Amino acid sequence: MGTDTRVILICSGKGGVGKTTLTANLGISLARQGLTTAVLDADFGLRNLDLLLGLENRIVYTAQEVLEEECRLDQALVKHKQESNLSLLPAGNPRMLDWLKPDDMKSIVNMLKEQFKYVLIDCPAGVEDGFKNAMAASQEAIVVTNPEVSAVRDADRVIGLLNTNSIKPVQLVLNRVRPKMMASQEMLSIDDVTDILALPLLGLVLEDEQVIVSTNKGEPLTLNSINSPAAKCYLNIAKRLQGEDIPLIDPIEESSGFGAKFRRLMQTKIF
Amino acid sequence: MTLRDIINKLLRRQPASASTARERLQLVLAHDRSDLSTDILDQMRKEILEVVAKYVEIDMDEGAVSLETEDRMTALVANLPIKRTLNGQIKLIEPDSNPQVNPKETENIGQNSQESFDS
Repeated sequence: MGTDTRVILICSGKGGVGKTTLTANLGISLARQGLTTAVLDADFGLRNLDLLLGLENRIVYTAQEVLEEECRLDQALVKHKQESNLSLLPAGNPRMLDWLKPDDMKSIVNMLKEQFKYVLIDCPAGVEDGFKNAMAASQEAIVVTNPEVSAVRDADRVIGLLNTNSIKPVQLVLNRVRPKMMASQEMLSIDDVTDILALPLLGLVLEDEQVIVSTNKGEPLTLNSINSPAAKCYLNIAKRLQGEDIPLIDPIEESSGFGAKFRRLMQTKIF
Repeated sequence: MTLRDIINKLLRRQPASASTARERLQLVLAHDRSDLSTDILDQMRKEILEVVAKYVEIDMDEGAVSLETEDRMTALVANLPIKRTLNGQIKLIEPDSNPQVNPKETENIGQNSQESFDS
């Protein structure tokens, strides 16, 4: 592997927009395509990736012990039960934040690059040290945002920092899209968000109650519920990452019938 | 403006909130991206007006300087209404007493002078 490994930072600025859920589902989807994938929980303060992947009880060592050379990397990596191509490197103790430096993140990622085709870094919220450490180890980034003013504003801050640190490409995932609200223009449209942030759209994810069900169980949607609306979106994002040309779904198209036709008519730009 | 916006206007209903969100975001991001406070912007507005006032007579109360953003490019837009004389000409101020104007960095500054007919 080594040089052709893709190291992708998954970040958002604002918390709670769906970074960890995207990381977990992308990890599963890429592994499903036969690509060896490592997901690295860089949120040392408030780790959750282990929980979403259902691996919380199988953690023995973490990134902390790897860095302190108390264990080997393969002892700390937790392989997923169903998707053997996917491994998690768990976040260490929150006290790691006191001494962790950008170079530490780089050395962890360099070790992962030896073994994996994809390294997905689940970034902490905020634009402080946790984010900067994670960014230092990354080559490209996916910015996750919701069609809400606060999430878009925070995403803009993060995009500015990614640009000044020469992270590229930076692509956008628009999460928790509600087609009905978009159709009635009570939610920022896809064009609104991509125009404001000036980023290419890697994909959008429809609002889906099944996401909560899947986190309850610790089984990402893309693992067992691949027909749910959000799971399809995650799978498409993984395929596009691999360079496949998958057309974007039109959220307003999703709500079909006369109502949708009427809503589309109402969206017609007059001037 | 979409068909819905027009119908909302005709019925005097509140416009859908997405357009409000878009406008508020564009404004707040222009300021976030520039890191300029309103105080500095106001100071800059005064100084720009003073420089322009050396050459043409402008309406000091009407001038506006704002930040506008499109495609991650932020532009400083100055709107300076120029006063006209009775015969419609722009009022020029005699140039001989002008000190040398320091050519400061002008990158990203779009200057947009609007003429007002308030003679």
